[in-house]
Amino acid sequence: MEDPNSTPMIEVTGLTKYYGDFPAIEDINFTVGKGEVLGFLGPNGAGKTTAMRILTGFMPPTHGSVKIAGLDVVDDSLEVRKHIGYLPETVPLYTEMSVEDYLAFMGGIRGMDSKWLKRRIDDVIAICRLEEYQNTLIGKLSKGYRQRTGIAQAILHEPDVLIMDEPTVGIDPIQVVETRNLIKGFGGDQTVILSTHILPEVSMVCSRVIIIHEGQVVAIDRPDNLSERLRATEKLEVDIRGPASAVMPAIRNMEGVLEVNRVDRDGVGIYLIETPHGADLRERISNLVHERGWGLLRLQPIQMSLEEIFLRLTDMEPGTK
Amino acid sequence: MKNTTTIAWKEIKIYFVSPMAYIIMAVYSALAAYYFVTSVSGVLPEATIRGFIFPSTLIFTLLSPILTMRLLSEEQKLGTLELLMTSPVRDYEIILGKFIASMASLLSILIPTLYLVLILTWFGSPDMGPILSGYIGLILYGMATLSVGIFASSLSGNQIVAAVLAMGVLLILSIIDLASTYLTGTVADMVMHISLTNHLESFARGVIDTHDIVYYFVFTSFMLFLTIRSLESRRWR
Ligand SMILES: Nc1ncnc2c1ncn2[C@@H]1O[C@H](COP(=O)(O)OP(=O)(O)OP(=O)(O)O)[C@@H](O)[C@H]1O
Ligand SMILES: [Mg+2]
Repeated sequence: MEDPNSTPMIEVTGLTKYYGDFPAIEDINFTVGKGEVLGFLGPNGAGKTTAMRILTGFMPPTHGSVKIAGLDVVDDSLEVRKHIGYLPETVPLYTEMSVEDYLAFMGGIRGMDSKWLKRRIDDVIAICRLEEYQNTLIGKLSKGYRQRTGIAQAILHEPDVLIMDEPTVGIDPIQVVETRNLIKGFGGDQTVILSTHILPEVSMVCSRVIIIHEGQVVAIDRPDNLSERLRATEKLEVDIRGPASAVMPAIRNMEGVLEVNRVDRDGVGIYLIETPHGADLRERISNLVHERGWGLLRLQPIQMSLEEIFLRLTDMEPGTK
Repeated sequence: MKNTTTIAWKEIKIYFVSPMAYIIMAVYSALAAYYFVTSVSGVLPEATIRGFIFPSTLIFTLLSPILTMRLLSEEQKLGTLELLMTSPVRDYEIILGKFIASMASLLSILIPTLYLVLILTWFGSPDMGPILSGYIGLILYGMATLSVGIFASSLSGNQIVAAVLAMGVLLILSIIDLASTYLTGTVADMVMHISLTNHLESFARGVIDTHDIVYYFVFTSFMLFLTIRSLESRRWR
């Protein structure tokens, strides 16, 4: 995994991009260590593509800087581009070329010599399972095979840094699994940034996740920590003075309560109540406490804006929770 | 340089695989033959290719934009420009590669007309000087029109828009030329100087003037420079 002492492969500071007056991303900061697989997670329009376009040197930021392998993407653009493999969001393919010719051209403009190029074309065609189609015109390929050709092109020149904008969109489930395994396999030698709005994908492939929302970083964490925070529940913290042996079962038996935990503080029980999203128990709890003659000292819903964002995300992908 | 040739080679391959290459070749050959025949079968037939040189200026106004329209428009439409611009290739190498490819397509439409020269030598004894200079003039004139086409192609992701824009610009340049015949004095001189077709005249007469050569190269370089700037400006949008 990542070594905190090594110099980061990618260093992003204060990254801001305005389209006219509209801030697509604002003050984004993060670093990525060598061999890490970092996921950009965010809903449509969050700014993922914008951030990636700046990272790859396609367009300069309005403010802030990006360093890749210690080089600035604006000042040393040409040098930086040699380190990068990029799969843009709309897979850029020449429809009049065959898969093999396309790969040969991409290798050519990246300065690969013919021996290396020949070996790598065979490699990536095998890796991306394109054997059957290597001589087919790209215009005649299905969406999934075009996506695979796009991935093949991105990894062709064995780049140190691989930037992929929604790499698994449009490919069948078997190939999705293979692509994810492929990406996982890159970690170690290659540093990978990929964007997605599929939550489970992130936990499957990424060693770290950045959640972007409306151009701002909402969270950066390991996926297991995040998914911990992310279960689609709401939490209430309630302080009740009363006998734990009576309060606990009473709350547990309320409709809509998923789980109750209790800690004792100075004779007052602090109850952490988990409920499904949208179930508001505050009124019923206060009635219950009143009826039993206990004391209600505090009742507070725990704010989880992160969850709300994730709910929006998961809403977009029904059935993948 | 290697990047430039890689890009040029890619375009050349795509161009010559497409039926467009042969359609344009045939259209130009037919038109050239027509003008050639009318010029050599007149009352005072002359063993020259002058007959199709001047009509070619109008033909190129229409054909050059078709030869160049896809060069940058399509890269924008397919999104491949994003890939080119994030590859270790300089913007000018991209443009130069495209330009070289368009020159190859221009040569491909001129070469078939050489059979007209063959006919001339068969039936008469033409003066090879004006024929050679005529071809040089056509290549230079064509080069200038191609550079306008490439610039137009950088401005739009729509090939038709790019082609029509280039035709419009080239037509205006020819109209300015016609208008100059009604002008006098320094204005007329200036117009004559910037006119694309005016510089072709001496080539047709068999005179190779370095001024004319320099003119076409300066014009072309300026257009390609504008194209590079147009490409750069995409990054700042
Ligand atoms: N060229 C542009 N000009 C103006 N606004 C733009 C441009 N590109 C993107 N935007 C805006 O910037 C914001 C971020 O867009 P971006 O494409 O980076 O989002 P994203 O996270 O990649 O979304 P998605 O998941 O839909 O791909 C959006 O509100 C979008 O409308
Ligand atoms: Mg996007």
